[in-house]
Amino acid sequence: MTPTLLFALAILFLPLLSFVFQIFVGNRIGRAAHWFSLAALGITLSLALSFLANIFITPGYALLDVNTVWFSSGSFTVELGIYIDNIAAVMLVVVSLISFLVHIYSTEYMRGDPRYTRYFGYLGLFTFSMNGIVLANSLLMMYVFWELVGPSSYLLIGFWFEKQTAASAGMKAFLTNRVGDIGMFIGILLLFMQLGTFNIQAIAEQVEFGAFDGTGILLTVAGIMVFMGAIGKSAQFPLHIWLPDAMEGPTPVSALIHAATMVAAGVYMTVRIFAFLTPAALEFVAVIGGITALMAAIIAITQVDIKRVLAYSTVSQLGYMVMALGVGAFQAGFFHLTTHAMFKACLFLASGSVIHSMHHALHKIDDHSTDPQDMRNMGGLRKKMPITYISMVVASLSISGIPFFTGFLSKDAILAGTLAYYNLHHGWTIFLPISGFGAAIITAFYMFRLIFMTFHGESARQDIHEHLHETPGAMTTPLIILSVLSLAFVFTIPSTVNPFNSRGWFTTAIQTGENFAGLDMEVVGEALHHAHEPAMMISLTVAALGILAALLFYLFRVVNVEKLTKRINKLGLYNLSFHKFYIDEIYDAILYRPFFWYTRVVAKFDWELYDQKFIDWWGWVTLKLSDWSGYSDYNWLDQKVVDGFGKATRYFGKELRLSQSGVIQNYILGGVIGILSIFILFQAF
Amino acid sequence: MSSHILSLLIFIPAAGALLMLIGHRFISSNGNSEDSGKTAVFHKWIAVIFTGLQLFLSIWLWVNYVPGGGIQYQEHHAWIQSFNIEYFLGVDGLSLPLIVLTALLSFIGVVSSWNIKKSVLGYFSLLLLLDTAMMGVFCSLDFFLFYVFWELMLLPMYFLIGIWGGPQRMYAAIKFFLYTLLGSVLMLLAMLALYFYTEPHTFNLIAMIQSGAAIRDTFWGMDIRMLIFVALFIGFAIKVPIVPFHTWLPLAHVEAPTAVSVILAGVLLKMGTYGLLRINYPLLPDQVYIFAWSIALLGVINIIWGALNAIAQIDLKKMVAYSSVSHMGYVLLGMAAVVSTSAAGSQAGINGAVMQMFNHGTITAMLFLLVGIIYEKVHHRYIFFPKDYKDPALAGKLAFGGLAGQLPVYSGFVALAFFAGLGLPALSGFISEAMCFIGGFSIFRTLTIIGTLGILLNAIYFLRSYMHIFLGPVSNAYEGLKDMNGRELLTIVPLAIIVIALGVYPRLMLDVISPTMNSLIKLVQDMALMVGIN
Repeated sequence: MTPTLLFALAILFLPLLSFVFQIFVGNRIGRAAHWFSLAALGITLSLALSFLANIFITPGYALLDVNTVWFSSGSFTVELGIYIDNIAAVMLVVVSLISFLVHIYSTEYMRGDPRYTRYFGYLGLFTFSMNGIVLANSLLMMYVFWELVGPSSYLLIGFWFEKQTAASAGMKAFLTNRVGDIGMFIGILLLFMQLGTFNIQAIAEQVEFGAFDGTGILLTVAGIMVFMGAIGKSAQFPLHIWLPDAMEGPTPVSALIHAATMVAAGVYMTVRIFAFLTPAALEFVAVIGGITALMAAIIAITQVDIKRVLAYSTVSQLGYMVMALGVGAFQAGFFHLTTHAMFKACLFLASGSVIHSMHHALHKIDDHSTDPQDMRNMGGLRKKMPITYISMVVASLSISGIPFFTGFLSKDAILAGTLAYYNLHHGWTIFLPISGFGAAIITAFYMFRLIFMTFHGESARQDIHEHLHETPGAMTTPLIILSVLSLAFVFTIPSTVNPFNSRGWFTTAIQTGENFAGLDMEVVGEALHHAHEPAMMISLTVAALGILAALLFYLFRVVNVEKLTKRINKLGLYNLSFHKFYIDEIYDAILYRPFFWYTRVVAKFDWELYDQKFIDWWGWVTLKLSDWSGYSDYNWLDQKVVDGFGKATRYFGKELRLSQSGVIQNYILGGVIGILSIFILFQAF
Repeated sequence: MSSHILSLLIFIPAAGALLMLIGHRFISSNGNSEDSGKTAVFHKWIAVIFTGLQLFLSIWLWVNYVPGGGIQYQEHHAWIQSFNIEYFLGVDGLSLPLIVLTALLSFIGVVSSWNIKKSVLGYFSLLLLLDTAMMGVFCSLDFFLFYVFWELMLLPMYFLIGIWGGPQRMYAAIKFFLYTLLGSVLMLLAMLALYFYTEPHTFNLIAMIQSGAAIRDTFWGMDIRMLIFVALFIGFAIKVPIVPFHTWLPLAHVEAPTAVSVILAGVLLKMGTYGLLRINYPLLPDQVYIFAWSIALLGVINIIWGALNAIAQIDLKKMVAYSSVSHMGYVLLGMAAVVSTSAAGSQAGINGAVMQMFNHGTITAMLFLLVGIIYEKVHHRYIFFPKDYKDPALAGKLAFGGLAGQLPVYSGFVALAFFAGLGLPALSGFISEAMCFIGGFSIFRTLTIIGTLGILLNAIYFLRSYMHIFLGPVSNAYEGLKDMNGRELLTIVPLAIIVIALGVYPRLMLDVISPTMNSLIKLVQDMALMVGIN
């Protein structure tokens, strides 16, 4: 076993070990048990970093590519294997880093929770599942870990299961994801039947050598099917509905799930299968991403719950990443995944810091009815919580795409990608840049709306405000680290410090990607290059416009927001956004209710009609038949036929008795007649 | 000893039952037939010891079995010579997992029945008799012997449901008995037909593989091979149960005492699919080709119909019962893949089907045991109280809620069992379900795609019921509920370990069964070629 393999296995299994430890031992140790998890994740992170360091030494190689038979029946073999290239190395660092920081943060955030140690166990299980997805070299193995993310997210989202909303949210996440997973499974089956392998590299290779030539749209269908898994996991329209509900989990969990792990898994998987997605499949991917990015951004504008804003922002940003892959901006998509993980984790953890502080303040004034997450109860927090404030501003600038921050680099590249795609294809594809730039202006607006509502202005509730204070070091340290990682130079040094240039170690490590299914990456690259500058100009303008609008609306209050809202709402537009386009309500009306009604009909049919009436009818028929045969047996056969013989005998006996007269002449006469009759009868024949 | 090991395996429980009957006279102080505390303890321990011994033997069998070594531990004696009926026992990769499963679930069934109060002697002796009959079915390689054991099962089962069952026990027992008997009649006809058509007349299932291929005749214009296949198929289908012959199952499962539900769902259902693989497949391979699509279709119907019904149930045990219908559908889908032209596909399907038989046995046993545990605590097992519940204040209301806080260990095991039931990776059900799908997909694409809906549907009812019972606010406080005790853990933990072990390392099972099943595939495909189909 090489050290690399050993390290990779350690990265995979250390978090699982943490899970096992916390479940079986943690409870007995109590609070100190978190040191075990912290140590496990710390080692995982350092090992992942050592892999990342490797990309500076030998870029472009697969660091590790091993395979072993999991089980086999002869012709049918399933292999397990690990494949680490630069993409996986970066992803491992992203996952372990965020997970590690969330662990640290949670030691304060979850302090005093009755299931404190179990919480850390679940975090470990989650990290294990996620690292498995990253390391997997085959689609089936990826699917295995993909499915394992299900229960771990179920446990974390529903961690406070006494709350009905939390319990339902966990279930909703699991089931919604399963819808996508079915598609993914079918896609995997299609590829396996055609190629006889689950191995991602082997599939790409066979596609390159024309394994799907002459099969029509089969590869497109297979690609879209596999991508359906990503629609579920990465909360793309129309399966995005689970993500906002998942905010019911503890806030650090939201940071983990919605920044670096679960939702990123879908994008990561799409990155992995990018090489064999046909242009038609990619078109589908782009459209899904475009719809998601714009729709979620519009919803985010009107939300008042600080975590809901971030939730829809996440959906929107995931739409960006997916759209980027769809338009062929492979590098940009993965880049945005990385940068987004940092600034979104920062945003979630900062919001958690605010909620934590609000929660404690409310607790102090003995107020249990006020929602600690409602931004309308906040305001002016800037002075009370400076570290939280600054890190949130940094992350907001980053997500809004302002130069010197990471979001600018990655988002700008995506926008260039959409513009390039339009330049190449024209027509309806104008939708993609519109969605991209439209979502960009909205993003800048709602992020600064959040900042201004929460941290600026007058405090909405002075009584709460007095008790607010900055959160402890275990919570602020991750914020500081993540906000530093949201600065552009982190990704570009030592190549450049020019804030408008994304060239750096990241772009060296992650190349532009290959496609063997018909997409000419050179053409795409050329178009990207040309679209770069105009895209940058527009994106800077829209970001500035968005922030400016937020300034006017929420900081300087030049515009009366309420009046404007009312005016807009004349067309129902405000409500449309506030109620998330009524998608949950629509699903409830056209899917859930009819479905459950249908199952009840099925069950009624199965038991009350089919079994009780039809099946038991046979029993009834049999009973009737036996009744009838019993009746006829006695009343006819016995009483009439059998007893009839008896009766007849008795009758004849009675009648014939008369002939026994005792007169001898009569007997002789009878005898003579008898003999004569016999004689005549014989004569006749 | 090894040459009689199967006889030993089969008749150990019967010997235990006999010992109980004899011992009862000596131990009961006043000589009457009522159970005293002393005799009850005696019977329980006899049952534990004898099923434990059988379990030990079956594990010994497993360990010493040589994969790919053909039929092993054979016992071959003439029995009724004038009709060429033999006492022929043997084990291969198809029967071995089911033998271990039978021994395991019988043992666990005995342990889980510790609190039985009504006529302890009768209960445990019937349970042991049932054990003997089930083991006999899986070990027999003579059709007549197989049939004898098959019928022998009915008797103890009838009484176990009819005496120790729930409120509707008599109705359930009679329904179960008659329904199964209908299947037996068809099987008997098919068996006699096979006997008289083979030359020389034989019931030997191995010999029949060769001589059966020569059967050619028509009966009222219908191919006799097809008639035999259909008769056998219906006979086995009732046991599986294949929709539409399934409605005895929810009733019998719900009314039966816990241990009997465990054995019913864990072992008896497998006899249907076992019979198909043991008798229909090798004896009438050409018919397998004709009916493969129908078997796959029935499998998919089972998956969907069972799951849809399960979603609508408000009685937890009934939900689990319908989940069995759904899960047995995977077995059928996998079995149908024997006709797949892709070697990987047919192997995945058939091996997956056999693994699913075993895995469903362990998973559903866990589910029924867990339902039984909560039932013993609160004396009902509703998710929601029915609308016509005896207490009108509770009617239609949520029956539990928030139990996870109160019973952490119990809810943890339920979560494990539910996740296993919905086919989560790293738990055994996933591997076998995935293999059945892969097999099915390699030949029946559209059907399998419809079948994959089961992945979602199964998750819906498991997660919904879990939420209603264990999560959310506590809606109905049950004072002083105790978490699982040591005896209950003893029944659940071994199954949990098996479920995880086979999920992580399926080779434990696959390596044992695959040589046998692969040669069955070859046999079916070659014979079908010979007989003239395909």
